[in-house]
Amino acid sequence: MTEFTLWDILRNLLLATRWTIVLSLVSFVGGGAVGLLLLFARISARKAVRVFARCYIELFQGTPLLMQLFIAFFGLGLFGIAVPAWLAAGVALILWAASFLAEIWRGCVEAIAKGQWEASASLGMGRLQQMRYVILPQAMRIAIPPTVGFSVQVIKGTALTSIIGFVELSKAGTVVTNATFQPFTVYGLVALIYFALCWPLSKSSQILERKLNVAHRNH
Amino acid sequence: MSLIEITEVRKSFGPNEVLKGINLDVEPGEVIAIIGKSGSGKSTLLRCINGLEMISGGSISVAGAQLLDDQLHLKTLRLKVGMIFQQFNLFPHLTVGGNVILSQTVVKKTAAKTAEAMARKMLDRVGLGHKFDAYPDELSGGQQQRVAIARALAMEPIALLCDEITSALDPELVAEVLAVVRELAAEGMTLLMVTHEMKFARDVCSRVVFMHQGRVHEIGPPGEVFSNPQTPELKQFLGVH
Amino acid sequence: MSYHFEFNWLAQYYPEIVKGIGITLQLILIGAVLGIALGIACAWARALGPAWLKPIVATYVELIRNTPFLIQLFFIFFGLPSLGLQLGELQAANIAMVVNLGAYSCEIIRAGIQSTAKGQFEAGASLAMTPFETFRHVVLVPSLQRIWPALSSQVVIVMLGSSVVSQIAAEDLTFAANFIQSRTFRAFEAYMVSTAIYLILAILLRQALAVIGSFIFPRRAAR
Repeated sequence: MTEFTLWDILRNLLLATRWTIVLSLVSFVGGGAVGLLLLFARISARKAVRVFARCYIELFQGTPLLMQLFIAFFGLGLFGIAVPAWLAAGVALILWAASFLAEIWRGCVEAIAKGQWEASASLGMGRLQQMRYVILPQAMRIAIPPTVGFSVQVIKGTALTSIIGFVELSKAGTVVTNATFQPFTVYGLVALIYFALCWPLSKSSQILERKLNVAHRNH
Repeated sequence: MSLIEITEVRKSFGPNEVLKGINLDVEPGEVIAIIGKSGSGKSTLLRCINGLEMISGGSISVAGAQLLDDQLHLKTLRLKVGMIFQQFNLFPHLTVGGNVILSQTVVKKTAAKTAEAMARKMLDRVGLGHKFDAYPDELSGGQQQRVAIARALAMEPIALLCDEITSALDPELVAEVLAVVRELAAEGMTLLMVTHEMKFARDVCSRVVFMHQGRVHEIGPPGEVFSNPQTPELKQFLGVH
Repeated sequence: MSYHFEFNWLAQYYPEIVKGIGITLQLILIGAVLGIALGIACAWARALGPAWLKPIVATYVELIRNTPFLIQLFFIFFGLPSLGLQLGELQAANIAMVVNLGAYSCEIIRAGIQSTAKGQFEAGASLAMTPFETFRHVVLVPSLQRIWPALSSQVVIVMLGSSVVSQIAAEDLTFAANFIQSRTFRAFEAYMVSTAIYLILAILLRQALAVIGSFIFPRRAAR
């Protein structure tokens, strides 16, 4: 049996961390794009569209991410599509992240004073124009801290993709543990790597939040 | 045909009827003050005229543009009447100039150059040309309200709705805003204002509308309404015994 | 695209599902009660506790909030035995959930405590209460009331997150679904059914927490 040094373990984990980062980025950006569409649907003037968005959000926030991954992995396979783990992982995480981002952003849009809608309406702007020029620019400012904060949830969410066999940091942790029989060290290191990825984001979210509160009166 | 025609307008919020059949015709160049207790429906009436509230019955038209609940009609109507709010409602993420330019370029598709020239002209008109690059939160309340007036004027409306535009201002800032409105009136702008400034109403307005419990209770030239109130409600409102 | 859905297995395997639901409910019940208790203690420590305790609690909270629950679970179940602490699947799952919810509820409750008007602390002090007595009798309940909706959401999130305890062979609802799909090869149906059950559980849990909230806090919220 080969001996594993701490460096061997760490190197293997760090190599797998690349995939955690890639999957996190894809999920966050993709989730943001779908989430934006969902946001527009959620605050649409048409009731049917609003109801659809609400059901979508309720469904994805009211069920375990792990189940969503299973359904993406096994479910799409049923229709004759061979689904590789990375694809199922990406699709499920994007759809899941979208539901949370849409809801976070809706909160920010609703935080904009009603007078802004009224003033822009009385100047003759249509709904899209109001969103584009008046509401979103203001909502985006207050949306930044919670959005950065949610990126931490996305990174942590990618850990679940190990269960459907996507090889990222968590999966590498299991593989390395099975090879080294050092679960305490390996999972300890895995946790520390996640921490190193997440903590800066958590912290900057807090700092941005505080700045926003202090600079409340500035434009 | 009058400029603004308000015919049998009714408005309910749920079971609560706040406008119970309002009739009012406004001629071009008229300055109308709408007075009354809070809850009498005066702000609601104003907000119905440009479709911020949809009416439950009756009809409103401004220079031939009907109030109807669809984007196209609303836009046509809102291009004819501007509105000034109690809380100013300037766009905080834009400069003063940006506030006045935005709707010209977005709604009327005016070229950027032309829109900027218009913005400067209107800001000069309210005495704030030098604040073009300032942000709203760097201005006093009175200045913000004057920017809001410039913003509405830049759309070249044929009438302006003023909803208690001095009520949120510190007393010492009221005069500068009223001076601007007085000038507008002198230049022939049609104005409908909900106001608590009785002296201003008496000096500037052509007619005064006293609203009570969702109806036009008394209406007439300020001289008559203020000096010779007919109904006990108006007498009580004016504090005349 | 002609997949034939098949739910006949439900008749045979519903005892597994019922058992799985039972375990999931038990996990969240213990997790919520002890986790919130831990959260209150930590929130007190972070907001009002002695200076030496604050960094310790802060480290715990930050470590938990910035690592995946799955890894916390693996660390407790696979890692701790090498320190001589052998745990059963359910024990490990329970501990992981308490530790996890403890950290999240700490931050939520702390926000509630910090939004308390300063006058409340001053009033308590001027009535000769110690800081802890003021916290216990004056500050705590209104603080919890203010953040109860946020805390409720977090409990639901933790309940849904508990589905990963199946990975250490704790026999919860997800475990049942995995078991059924391995026997019937009806993966899609098995996960559809368990997902639907999770959704119902989440909705019911949210409602239960709202009812519990109205019991603990019968009076209108105040600041």
